[in-house]
Amino acid sequence: MKRIKTLETRDLNKSLASGGCGECQTSCQSACKTSCVANQKCENSA
Amino acid sequence: MTHQFRQGGLNIVLDIGSGSVHVVDGLAYDIIALYENTSAEDIVSCMKEKYPDEPESEVRECISEVEELKKCGRLFSKDAFEARTAGFKKKNNEIKALCLHVSHTCNLNCAYCFAGQGRYKGDSALMNFETGKRALDFLVENSGGRTNLEVDFFGGEPLMNFEVVKELVAYARSREKDTGKRFRFTLTTNGVLLDDEVIEFSNREMNNVVLSLDGRKEVHDRLRRNISGQGSYDLILPKFRKFVEARADKEYYLRGTFTHFNTDFTKDILHMADLGFEKLSMEPVVCAPGDPYALTEEDLPKLKEQYEILADEMLKRRREGRSFTFYHYMIDLKHGPCVYKRVAGCGSGTEYLAVTPKGELYPCHQFVGDERYCMGNVWEGVTNTELRDKFSKCSIYTRSKCRDCWARLYCSGGCAANAYHAAGDIAETYDYGCELFKKRIECAIMLKAAEELG
Repeated sequence: MKRIKTLETRDLNKSLASGGCGECQTSCQSACKTSCVANQKCENSA
Repeated sequence: MTHQFRQGGLNIVLDIGSGSVHVVDGLAYDIIALYENTSAEDIVSCMKEKYPDEPESEVRECISEVEELKKCGRLFSKDAFEARTAGFKKKNNEIKALCLHVSHTCNLNCAYCFAGQGRYKGDSALMNFETGKRALDFLVENSGGRTNLEVDFFGGEPLMNFEVVKELVAYARSREKDTGKRFRFTLTTNGVLLDDEVIEFSNREMNNVVLSLDGRKEVHDRLRRNISGQGSYDLILPKFRKFVEARADKEYYLRGTFTHFNTDFTKDILHMADLGFEKLSMEPVVCAPGDPYALTEEDLPKLKEQYEILADEMLKRRREGRSFTFYHYMIDLKHGPCVYKRVAGCGSGTEYLAVTPKGELYPCHQFVGDERYCMGNVWEGVTNTELRDKFSKCSIYTRSKCRDCWARLYCSGGCAANAYHAAGDIAETYDYGCELFKKRIECAIMLKAAEELG
């Protein structure tokens, strides 16, 4: 039986190919202004 | 590197190098914990003792599952990003975001304000249109090939300079046409000056609005008072309700600050949710350690517990069909940031700068007022290139405590300003903040896993 369920996640190794386009939102422009990236979205990963 | 934790009835294993998230049963959880430093035979013996009802074949099959995940790079994977992301932050010294301090004055006198009634240790000041216009041009000129540019109208209280805000937005829109750039605006306000005109304008032009409310009336009014000492809750709450109702589907956050006086801050978040607000954020206070409202080491276990209580309550409410979002729990596992962003962090001092009313440049809003951190101005650009280089060299691989931390690719090394204020150096870490962040990210991943599992 499968005892391990692996969730679908972005492959970080593959994300290297993007080169880092920089179009994503700057985290400090969101809501916190005090405890800044995990909850950011990528403009292009979809 | 892996990180294992139990929360919300789930056993969760994170593989840091690949970003994989695994939800496992108890047997697999224990096998993974032993796997790297224990032989297969010893694992079998150990598991037979702990799980006497499990057949040995099941234990061996589970070990095989773990072995397979390791082979395909989704467990115990190496972090191979350091060399490949080096230099990313220095990428042509491009800038993509400004925190525009249109006002260094405020109509409230909040006791804990890191900006000292909005004046940042200086005189009251309002940015004039020419300075703001030059800041926007500076941003466009230094944005390289980037399309999306961000500007946060900040203060002090930015609505005390609303006419200039409107003029600057109009000017930015005119620059969009001739440059192909796209401006995304944010407004951070205490709500005192919200009226129909501001609401209509913001709902048309602001991609996001951040509205300051600390939660329960007695909590909010204790520290967020006007100049004559009156609490502001009753004044701003109806305005925020009207604003959010008119905002429909557009982005907003009700953003609170918690302090030593409300270490039970989950009650404040739930208070805001019960008022009908759905997009919430609550942040630890930033202040000197000796301040009466400063968070203490003794507070830390309670704060962590609060994050767990919040996650459990959010799970419960989601199942009841009355969900709300909490900024730090909004993690996108499928389309989250690329590894470059995760290594580089928030971009302060490099791609993100703050602009004072006089047009001076600082690494971010939390450095404004500390002249040692002035980087230049919007007319001459970044003249303190040594300081910019110092920020560009900061990453999860240069901060010694981050290198061995499981959370490094989620937090990206944390806030440079917090590190500076806590440890005296932007290249260090703010350990208290790290502890809170790690708890928040565990809660966020648990909620996401629970959502995925249905």
